[in-house]
Amino acid sequence: MTKTINRNHLRELESEAIFIMRELASQFERPVLLFSGGKDSIVLVHLAMKAFYPAKIPFPLMHIDTGHNFDETIAFRDKMAKEMGAELIVKYVQDSIDQGKVIEETGADASRNKLQITTLLDGIADVKADAAIGGGRRDEEKARAKERFFSHRDAFGQWDPKNQRPELWNLFNGRKNMGEHFRVFPISNWTEMDVWQYILMEDIEMPSLYYTHKRKVFNRDGAWLAAAPFMQLKDGEEIVELDVRCRTIGDVSCTGLSLSTADNLEDIVKEVAAARETERGGRSDDKRSEAAMEDRKKEGYF
Amino acid sequence: MDNKAYLDMSLLRFTTAGSVDDGKSTLIGRLLYDSKSIFEDQLDAITETSKRKGDEQVDLALLTDGLRAEREQGITIDVAYRYFATPKRKFIIADTPGHIQYTRNMVTGASTANLAIILVDARNGVLEQTLRHTYIAHLLNIPHIVFCVNKMDLVDFSEERYNEIKTELEGIATKLKVKDAHFIPISARDGDNVVDKSTRCNWYNGTTLLNLLENIEIKDDRNMVDARFPVQYVVRPQQDRFHDYRGFAGRIASGIFKPGDKVMALPSERISTVKAIDFHTDELDEALPSQSVTLRLEDEIDISRGDMIVHADNKPTISNNFNINVCWFNERPLVVGKKYILRHTTNELQCMVKGVNFKTNINTYAQDKENLEINMNDIANIEIMSAKPIFFDSYRKSRNTGSIILIEEGTNETVAAGMIE
Repeated sequence: MTKTINRNHLRELESEAIFIMRELASQFERPVLLFSGGKDSIVLVHLAMKAFYPAKIPFPLMHIDTGHNFDETIAFRDKMAKEMGAELIVKYVQDSIDQGKVIEETGADASRNKLQITTLLDGIADVKADAAIGGGRRDEEKARAKERFFSHRDAFGQWDPKNQRPELWNLFNGRKNMGEHFRVFPISNWTEMDVWQYILMEDIEMPSLYYTHKRKVFNRDGAWLAAAPFMQLKDGEEIVELDVRCRTIGDVSCTGLSLSTADNLEDIVKEVAAARETERGGRSDDKRSEAAMEDRKKEGYF
Repeated sequence: MDNKAYLDMSLLRFTTAGSVDDGKSTLIGRLLYDSKSIFEDQLDAITETSKRKGDEQVDLALLTDGLRAEREQGITIDVAYRYFATPKRKFIIADTPGHIQYTRNMVTGASTANLAIILVDARNGVLEQTLRHTYIAHLLNIPHIVFCVNKMDLVDFSEERYNEIKTELEGIATKLKVKDAHFIPISARDGDNVVDKSTRCNWYNGTTLLNLLENIEIKDDRNMVDARFPVQYVVRPQQDRFHDYRGFAGRIASGIFKPGDKVMALPSERISTVKAIDFHTDELDEALPSQSVTLRLEDEIDISRGDMIVHADNKPTISNNFNINVCWFNERPLVVGKKYILRHTTNELQCMVKGVNFKTNINTYAQDKENLEINMNDIANIEIMSAKPIFFDSYRKSRNTGSIILIEEGTNETVAAGMIE
């Protein structure tokens, strides 16, 4: 049966992202898709499947595993990779720690977030990837607002935000020297709302963490964090069980949970529409300083 | 918002031109704020920063001046993209900084824009920079230009002053053959005619800015005549179920493709018929400009990335020698006789700059044929010889098949953007 597709804003963004997927598959020899199990990377995988259908996606998925995951994320990741027949590469932050390449932070606020940079860059080098596809969006964070679709990284994996290549029309310049690589962001122009509306429109399966569920949590500096064996409580913090859901999924140590009763996609879209805080507002990794994201990105972060 | 209303929203990309003094940041801030696109934590953060810096008003530019260097120096280094939505449309703003490297950034921001907002200070009227902004919008062939005469509150909402400026702007628009020009008297600071209609200038019967942005017709801007499909990627599944599948993936550059259309592959000039237009598991009855699809043809002909599928009875120009208008992006000046890498649609090949025809003074629109050294931010008309023929339309006819970039070998930097004459 043939059909005509309604060209709404989501279809425009989808066509743009599919174009980027096909462009990177043509311009790079060994791309990998950075898959975290969060909504943005799930949407990326969905777009990649559409871009190359009926062929399989022509690159593997790579997960940088901090070891501080929600169990649901890992289960979802494995199931998804298996169903689509994709190769899944997992690189562990624990290995970087064991190799003595990074040193674990200590104290109650310790996070493996920044340690991921080393694991990520080593992972990219290990598989000789010349492009790493990420789900970063420009509306997420002010340093990300300056990202290109095709973002150049030097031989040390560093980003030079002041000296980026201009991007015009549909023409993307992925040329590079030996040892350099690119980060590619197909959903640069999507907002959090676009992502959820698209998930709703396409009825994409999401991990249960995004829907309301009962969870043991504690409050730190106004944010609800999940209780876990590796999370140390500070004085005065106590564990309670509440109805919560994730608005964004990072590792357990830095993902703020929001109190919510949303148990379906329609309700999530409504909640996002009514939200008065940005989605990363609950991310303690961004709160370390005004330029926390920029500093991490310059060193090679996602 | 009603549950399904989002399925009927469209997308408008626009660019804003004007310096800080023109109230550009204030205008964008107002659009974002009044459409509830600024979040509380963002507002808190910039309120605190503004206070710390000793500013009286909240500096909305801090919202997107994301880099440390930008905040330290109080400047915008790069094009910043901002997003907001109303129940009718999603908007992408390419906000371009108003100081050094201005031309380069505005050209970049304008390249994908459906519309340009050009701000004019009601007290100062048309200045050199207004001429520059209008010229770039015209050069990049932005279909709609909205001139906002701002700071009307500072001229007591004088109808006479507004008409004086409007007449001058109309003269420029006519001279440059701007297709669709609009004029709105506003006060970005107080919000007059931005989102809500002003009660302070009853003589103005036109629309507010947001109303115009929400309703302006952009569908007709697309070239629906010249069917062009640059082949981006060949889909060949290595699976038994799709053993004979061979699809050509790409994004429609212009025109309409339908199953049954008689098409020609370039450069081979072999003829075939469109068998099907695939989009994931669906087969479409037509594909329109900007849609990413996969075409299958009736006949097995050799087609690869960089080739183009077109309607057999409507060929583009095929040539290896052409003139382009370029904006030069690099600190190293253009070198005549030097080889550059040319990127056009999905094609990449070597080319040589044969010569400079003239340089355009974007403040006076005069053509300079004497001083032909092309430096960063210069606009010039140059002659290109490519290693092989390319298939193109003039930029005026089709943005997608009429645009190129030049890349420098060795540094791999994008050194110029070009529009084929």
